[in-house]
Amino acid sequence: MLKQQIDLNTVKKEYQEKADALKQRLIICAGTGCVANGAMDVYEALVDELKRQDLNVTVSLQKENGKAEDGYYVSPSGCQGFCQAGPLVTVQPQGWLYVKVKPEDVAELVKETFVRNQPLERLLYKNPADDKIYAKQEEIPFYRGQNRYVLGDCGLIHPEDLDEYIAKDGYLAAKKAYTEMTSQEICDTMIASGLRGRGGGGFPTGKKWAFTLVEESEKKYVICNGDEGDPGAFMDRSLMEGNPHRIIEGMMITARAIGADEGYVYVRAEYPLAVQRIQRAVKDAEAAGLLGDDIFGSGYSFRLVVMEGAGAFVCGEETALIASIEGLRGMPRPKPPFPAQSGLWGKPTVINNVETLATVPMIIHQGFETYRKLGTEGSPGTKTFALTGHVVNTGLIEVPFGATLREIIFDIGGGVTDNMDNPDPNGFKAVQIGGPSGGCLTEEFLDLPLDFDSVRNIGAMVGSGGLVVMNRSTCMIQVAHFFMQFTQNESCGKCVPCREGTKQMLVLLEDIMEGRADQGTLDLLDDLAQAVLLGSLCGLGKTAPNPVLSTLKHFRAECEAHIFDKRCPTGQCKALAIPEILADKCKGCTACIRKCPVDAITGERKQPHVIDPELCVKCGTCAQVCKFNAIVGV
Amino acid sequence: MENKQTIIINGREVPFNGQKNLLEIIRSANIEMPTFCYHSELSVYGACRLCIVDIEGMGVVTSCSTAPKAGMVVRTHTDKLRKMRKIYMELLLANHHQSCTTCAKSSMCKLQDLAARMDVKEVRFQKTGCEKALDTSSPSLIRDPNKCILCGDCVRACDEIQGIGAIDFANRGASTTVVPAFEKDIKSVDCVYCGLCASVCPTGAIMPRPETEAVWDILHDETKTVVVQIAPAVRVAIGEMFGLEPGTISTGKMVAALKMLGFDKVFDTSFAADLTVLEETNEFLKRKEKNEKLPLFTSCCPAWVKYVEQSFSDILPHVSSCRSPQQMFGSVARETLPKTLDVKPEDLHIVSIMPCTAKKFEAKRPEFMKNDQPDVDAVITTQELGRMIKQAGIQFNQLTSESFDMPLGFKTGAGIIFGTTGGVSEAVLRYASEKLTGQKPDPDDIARVRAKDGLRVHTVKIGEAELKLAIVHGLKNICEIAEQVRDGQCDYDFIEVMACPGGCVTGAGQPVSHDDTAKELRARGLYNKDKDLQLHNSDDNPYLHRCYQQHLGDIGGHKAHELLHTKYSSRKRFDDVEFLISEEHHQERLGVNVCVGTSCYLRGSQKLLEDVMKHVKKQDLHEQVEVRATFCFETCDHGPTVRVGETVMKKATVETICEEMNRQLQVLV
Amino acid sequence: METDTKLRKFGRVCEIVDKYDRNPSKLIPILQEVQKEYRYLPEEVMTYVATCLDMSPARVYGVASFYANFALEPKGKYVVHICDGTACHVKGSGAIKEALYKKLKLSGDKPTTDDLMFTVEAVSCLGACGLAPVMTVNEKVHGQMTAESAEALIDDILAEEADNA
Repeated sequence: MLKQQIDLNTVKKEYQEKADALKQRLIICAGTGCVANGAMDVYEALVDELKRQDLNVTVSLQKENGKAEDGYYVSPSGCQGFCQAGPLVTVQPQGWLYVKVKPEDVAELVKETFVRNQPLERLLYKNPADDKIYAKQEEIPFYRGQNRYVLGDCGLIHPEDLDEYIAKDGYLAAKKAYTEMTSQEICDTMIASGLRGRGGGGFPTGKKWAFTLVEESEKKYVICNGDEGDPGAFMDRSLMEGNPHRIIEGMMITARAIGADEGYVYVRAEYPLAVQRIQRAVKDAEAAGLLGDDIFGSGYSFRLVVMEGAGAFVCGEETALIASIEGLRGMPRPKPPFPAQSGLWGKPTVINNVETLATVPMIIHQGFETYRKLGTEGSPGTKTFALTGHVVNTGLIEVPFGATLREIIFDIGGGVTDNMDNPDPNGFKAVQIGGPSGGCLTEEFLDLPLDFDSVRNIGAMVGSGGLVVMNRSTCMIQVAHFFMQFTQNESCGKCVPCREGTKQMLVLLEDIMEGRADQGTLDLLDDLAQAVLLGSLCGLGKTAPNPVLSTLKHFRAECEAHIFDKRCPTGQCKALAIPEILADKCKGCTACIRKCPVDAITGERKQPHVIDPELCVKCGTCAQVCKFNAIVGV
Repeated sequence: MENKQTIIINGREVPFNGQKNLLEIIRSANIEMPTFCYHSELSVYGACRLCIVDIEGMGVVTSCSTAPKAGMVVRTHTDKLRKMRKIYMELLLANHHQSCTTCAKSSMCKLQDLAARMDVKEVRFQKTGCEKALDTSSPSLIRDPNKCILCGDCVRACDEIQGIGAIDFANRGASTTVVPAFEKDIKSVDCVYCGLCASVCPTGAIMPRPETEAVWDILHDETKTVVVQIAPAVRVAIGEMFGLEPGTISTGKMVAALKMLGFDKVFDTSFAADLTVLEETNEFLKRKEKNEKLPLFTSCCPAWVKYVEQSFSDILPHVSSCRSPQQMFGSVARETLPKTLDVKPEDLHIVSIMPCTAKKFEAKRPEFMKNDQPDVDAVITTQELGRMIKQAGIQFNQLTSESFDMPLGFKTGAGIIFGTTGGVSEAVLRYASEKLTGQKPDPDDIARVRAKDGLRVHTVKIGEAELKLAIVHGLKNICEIAEQVRDGQCDYDFIEVMACPGGCVTGAGQPVSHDDTAKELRARGLYNKDKDLQLHNSDDNPYLHRCYQQHLGDIGGHKAHELLHTKYSSRKRFDDVEFLISEEHHQERLGVNVCVGTSCYLRGSQKLLEDVMKHVKKQDLHEQVEVRATFCFETCDHGPTVRVGETVMKKATVETICEEMNRQLQVLV
Repeated sequence: METDTKLRKFGRVCEIVDKYDRNPSKLIPILQEVQKEYRYLPEEVMTYVATCLDMSPARVYGVASFYANFALEPKGKYVVHICDGTACHVKGSGAIKEALYKKLKLSGDKPTTDDLMFTVEAVSCLGACGLAPVMTVNEKVHGQMTAESAEALIDDILAEEADNA
């Protein structure tokens, strides 16, 4: 049966006409963060309010839906990035951004924005540093410092509207790849672009494809690795939720480049919305003839299967991910052979990360020269980061490689916060980069231009892009312990160094936190970390010691304080804390004296009490009964 | 001209030719790479990380998983590698139950051996796990998870060689364990007790269940007469317990040692093997003549028998009704020895020495009990015998050979070669050929039968008859054939099956050997022994014929049938394989079990289940009837199968079920 | 469980395995769908799935116990996930977990209340780090939580349940 090929230009033209006819458009961020803060309630309220005001409103511009000529279009979008300030509402074409919008703000919002045609000031962003108010999104420091190359459309387009994606020149790159380019040309373009895998390793994408292209096989596969598991990272989630067609298009091009006709999108199960959006997008693309047989009349076929992960961090490792698709325990196997030679069901397979795939269509569409203008020589392009932790502006950001941590944390992120979320200009202690495989970097690296190689040279890695800022009250031993606990839980349990080694590193860190450590502990930890790093089976194990090693290296003094002085400089390690009753806070109520099970507290009524650290067993009972927070270190 | 390919190992050039991985090449250069998880016959796993090497341009990699490339520069024991291996050993030892002095695996334990070889002087890490319970549920094997190092050898062996997968990894990370499904005990799952897991286990985490104490007790009871039978494969392996080469024939020393231990009579299972040849061949020829129930499967291997009972019960009629040699010996000894030895039947104790763990299970089967008295009282393995000899302080190697007692100690070479794959077939061929043609079998045929492939198919001509033989070892290789037989698509005549790869010589009860050549040498030992003997055809065994004359009557006759044959029946693969569909209820109700296993499901049992429930609802029988969906694996060719009370109904319909239900309910009233 | 429900669920299991052509490589999606029916994976259902796919139950159990999202025990009506990703961790998710454990008398070893009302589990990053610390109740995300607001959320649910009862 002959199927009508989709005409991208017509779709684009029709959509553009409808869009141009609109008066204004409201884009409500429907990323997970904003939804959790009630964005969908805001969305409903907005639609209702516009209707109530008898304004011509539409919620869809898709083909079958009526036009909203001269009217208003209310649409959801993927993550707009500024999660801290959500729910976010953007007004187009003016580019105004409203922050922390609540349903009860809606009536006033509509009145000001649409009736009086001016921004509603109280919902605009106010910079806490200088109280300056910003109307336009692009002017806000958080956005100003960024280059939203991959994320751009994510916060603008309706994620479930294929037409809008096409109107933004979507699928043109795929069409070019299927109708104008050979596999070799695509691979060559990718090699020339210098694109490196965003999943962590930074392996050149074009080379990976070329290796797979040369394998002779009737069957090859493309896999999209959407098993983003690094704690503190949600870049891929946002892309899958916000711009699913971009990923599909990237996979189509990959398939064409290596000669594959089947692909899998493996999405982490913790991301139900991403699963849903990708599934919907696949269905729409199939219906439009973009997926299936004879794509763009080229004679080539490509089909996609969406698979939901089942909850295992290690499945981010490519051979483990393959095992998982094959219905097995997600245990990695030794490489070589690499998936390029023997991957899914033993067939040559390319596995790329979501962000990598989302970059691909733009390189094909704009040419590799344009792409190379961004970033550094060794790491062209941009990188998305999830900026979180003790930082004023948390959210999803994107900067070109070569940007410094200082620009990211202080210009975009607005600086460091204390534990009460207040800005603390001198609060910076460390930034954790690269998740459990990465490391903690100190102040001295704030001005280092970030790229794959510079970060690796200082013992961390860019990883998938988590950036967790930590303030000065954070104990770095505890942070290392947290990551070690994570890798230990997530180790697949197959190889000895990773399974047993992470367990023992955890024990040694606990020894340090609880005052049982000595020089021997430190030496053993070092030896063990090296042995795990060198000898583990897969990337998870090989990078598991990084948090420990980077802590030992960059926070040596803090380690030594724990080990030799039995003191935690931040006071976070309970076992090392010295019990004390703060005389200025104690009212002398004797409540603690009466409750102490070992009679370690003495004192007269109405006089500050005293605790004997020798007798105290740190059970914490006294602190619980104290109404004045006078007791510390128990 | 072909270039000879070489790699550089520790600065020396080493040629290679066809080896799949570096580890094999390094071994060929006389360097023994330490490893727990590499076995040439299993898939590469790469988990223990001990076989690491440093390759120029590649860094540290495991040699087991690295393909050789000409010119590779490989180092096997740099300072870095040495330290890494030592740390890995320490990591394993930290949580290993280090009860070496009391562990039965001691001195045969690879962990112990490698710890010594890696020069581990202390374990700097702490124990983090807590004590786990032992699994002592099975008659054949004991699992001690505290000694498991998670190398996965057992898991892969059970899956890749036996095709069963009775145990597998569960959980992940630090909680990873190797367990039967749902952490049940081994008795409740589909383990066939072949013990392959125990023989590949590098530590004492899975061990044959010892029965030495029971045997000592029997020996110490002055009022009893204790006779012992020894399986063929034992004599070529027992020497390994005392430092002799695998395959060394130690029959005479072993007989002497057994006498010294206190056994009154020492007999040979090979005698019963000769008996099996006669019975089984005649059973086979009869079937061949009538062309019914072919192919005939052998039934000597108890692991295979359990496998077919639980997984292919519908082909049980194809399995020879012959008891195994161990059990033929048991019943013949019970029948004849009280008189021959002049002892009261209840004072006769029969002990077996077997290369096999499944034989322990077999001896306890109800089929082989008479009035609660098992035909064979206790089964110990070759390993256990070795330990008993050591415990008694007997200097095995110094002993002067002694002979088996008669009459049950006399055998032909045919009874000896039973211990290796192809042996039963060869013995049958020798007998059948001489019986039908008066000629010895063609040496070419014999060579084919003696090959080592996991599945060998060969057509032999005996006179006018053409016999299509299949010889299988490793249960995974039988699965496809069994399915063909079930579907009536198999044109073989005779199929020999042994669960252990290589046959009984490699049984899990044999001395632990980490050397791949051992099984080859042991098999060769059996063939050498066969050569040494005067007689090679079971039919020539004079004691056998005397036994028939005096006790058994005709071959395949009534008495022979009673003593030498049995009937096997279907067996559940797992315990608790049912869903309660009815509401829970305290009082006892009439059970209605509807099979929803694949085959019955395809025949509409799901609909049947719904209809039965409708009936129960309509008639308000909730308090009298309890409906369950089961997937019992029982007879599937006549499904849907439904059990009402104790009545098994085949091709059941809702009408017949309700009728039966009502009938039984009325009886109850 | 009601008889009809049991029969219906069992029928669903049959449909699910058929939908995936009894293909062993589809074990994970099959278990995911089965879990949607039962809210966890009962042993006998896993054994049944194993026989349908012609694979060993030990392997099915191995897969089910490997992945964190498969529940081998029945879960509560309200499943509370407390994110323990880095961002949530540094912003105090541990205290929230402890507060809920204490309130509902639960622990890491005993995640579900006896009345099968609540299951409380710490989970790896939910990817809503911008709102740290985060918890979800039956997949609904709640951001910027504190021990107090988490306890209040539980109280609200309890009150609602009491009203309905």
